[in-house]
Amino acid sequence: MPDATTAERERRNGAVAEVTALLADYAACIDADELEAWPDFFTADCHYKITTAYNHAKGLPVGLIYAHNRAMLEDRVVALRKANVYEPQRYRHIVSTPRIKGGGITGGGITGLAEDVIEAEAGFLVVRTMHDGTQDLFASGLYLDRIDLSGNRPRFARKIVVLDSDRVDTLLAIPL
Amino acid sequence: MTGSAAAPASAPASSEAPPLWPEAGYTHIPFALYDDPAIYARERERIFMGPTWHYLALDCEIPEAGDYKATTVGDMPVVVVRARDGGINAFENRCAHRGAQLCLERFGNARAFTCVYHAWSYDEAGKLIGVAFEKGVKGEGGMPPSFDRGDHNLRTLRTATRAGLVFGTFDHGAPALDDYLGPEICGRIDRVLPKPAKVLGYNTQVLRNNWKLYAENVKDPYHASILHLFFTTFRVNRLTQKGGIIVSESGAHHVSYSMLDGEDADAEYRAAKLRADSDEFGLREPALLEGRDEFGDGITLQILSVFPGLVLQQIRNNLVVRQIVPTGPDRAEVVWTHYGFGDDDAALTELRLRQANMVGPAGYVSMEDGAVGAFIQRALPGAGGRRSVLLMGGEDVGSQDSRTTETSIRGFWKMYRGLMDL
Repeated sequence: MPDATTAERERRNGAVAEVTALLADYAACIDADELEAWPDFFTADCHYKITTAYNHAKGLPVGLIYAHNRAMLEDRVVALRKANVYEPQRYRHIVSTPRIKGGGITGGGITGLAEDVIEAEAGFLVVRTMHDGTQDLFASGLYLDRIDLSGNRPRFARKIVVLDSDRVDTLLAIPL
Repeated sequence: MTGSAAAPASAPASSEAPPLWPEAGYTHIPFALYDDPAIYARERERIFMGPTWHYLALDCEIPEAGDYKATTVGDMPVVVVRARDGGINAFENRCAHRGAQLCLERFGNARAFTCVYHAWSYDEAGKLIGVAFEKGVKGEGGMPPSFDRGDHNLRTLRTATRAGLVFGTFDHGAPALDDYLGPEICGRIDRVLPKPAKVLGYNTQVLRNNWKLYAENVKDPYHASILHLFFTTFRVNRLTQKGGIIVSESGAHHVSYSMLDGEDADAEYRAAKLRADSDEFGLREPALLEGRDEFGDGITLQILSVFPGLVLQQIRNNLVVRQIVPTGPDRAEVVWTHYGFGDDDAALTELRLRQANMVGPAGYVSMEDGAVGAFIQRALPGAGGRRSVLLMGGEDVGSQDSRTTETSIRGFWKMYRGLMDL
């Protein structure tokens, strides 16, 4: 971490606290199967993508899920509830402490970002528990987030979920 | 490991055992074919090393001399290499010395392939060109005088390319690729690969089932509107739709397709867009259904399979090569390679990426395909001696206009049974 004044450190720690709370709420929402509330963690014109570390590193754009606004996330929830067939299953997210990559709140470092935007990344693990009790480490990866603080609550303006592995066991129904 | 009373998998069946496949034809499929290790081993020998062609790569993945891709034929590791003369070579990814894997990376570029273990090295055609300490050290050790490098080349595959798809076969006496595919399948491959492709990304779906259950599912249009409820749930009017099934003369390969004429395709999108505002069951973002008739023939869906393990898929503008990889009697993987073309504009790329939501492990229209094979696999215990039934659309193998048919699955088993000699 670069040298920083006390004021800068305080701003950064404030950003860490803000993002930590958002990620905790986000993970709890999915893990509690409250998917109807999931799209509201995003801005109306958000970009949400689940990709793999390989594709991400090579600049290959395809995603496992690729949404260019919140309406597409709402459609996905309806599809999961009403259309798609998959066995009952739950996730348990463990999310690391976020690293602040930039944004207005850090008092500089990344140019071109508004005061009320934070860019952050956090590692995650997801354990999947199937209805019969089978448990597996389903996914690990990195959240690459851009968070918009301008609304009535912090929301993801962009969330790129970068899976460490190319392999997905059977299917990825519930979002990450 | 302690001693076990269980007979080895390859042991011949006892004389009292009933025949594995008593019925003639392709309408009754023994469940034992999906989990028997002896069958799995026989498939490796007779199908994957037999007179069949296997997808190895898109030629755009290895454009420059020395570019290689490590992949598999069945579960056997192979490397496919762009040669200096522009041709494509393929050989086993296994050192002839001690059998270690030669290429450890998925993609790379190499002038020669050198084993990390004892530095035996091979040229771009798999020919052994170097043996470390071949003459020993200071006159001691080394290979005996009788050692001939020429006896230790890597086992090669014959390769051939169709419309940018690179295929390989271990059987140097196999029919020519185009004859293996037949003219109708060739035409349908060319249709979705009319110009140089560009890879848009990869992923791998792990299946907890035998590879054949996925291969059959791809050839099964009967299940599509029953298992996959996405379109009906969102009341996307399919305005149904001309289409049909083409089965190659051998039975081995198939194409299932459907078409809307251009106006209807747009109408589908416009109707969905109208509903988005008024209908609680409509799609909130109908842009998912937006597409271009990029091949100019109104075909909005084409699923093509090449026996045993290639699927080439067009769903509107989403184009994918799927490679089915057996990884054990009860495990398989599907490697998804999304592609577009070098001259795609940004808007077309965006359409492909949006429509990619339909397919793959998280696909609206296909995630169930990753699970349904496992539902069968799990229920196999006790099914020995019983058979699955494939009578929809008759008992024959052939092209049909109806898609409520299992004709192309029967075609798979026609080819399979002939090769396996069961």
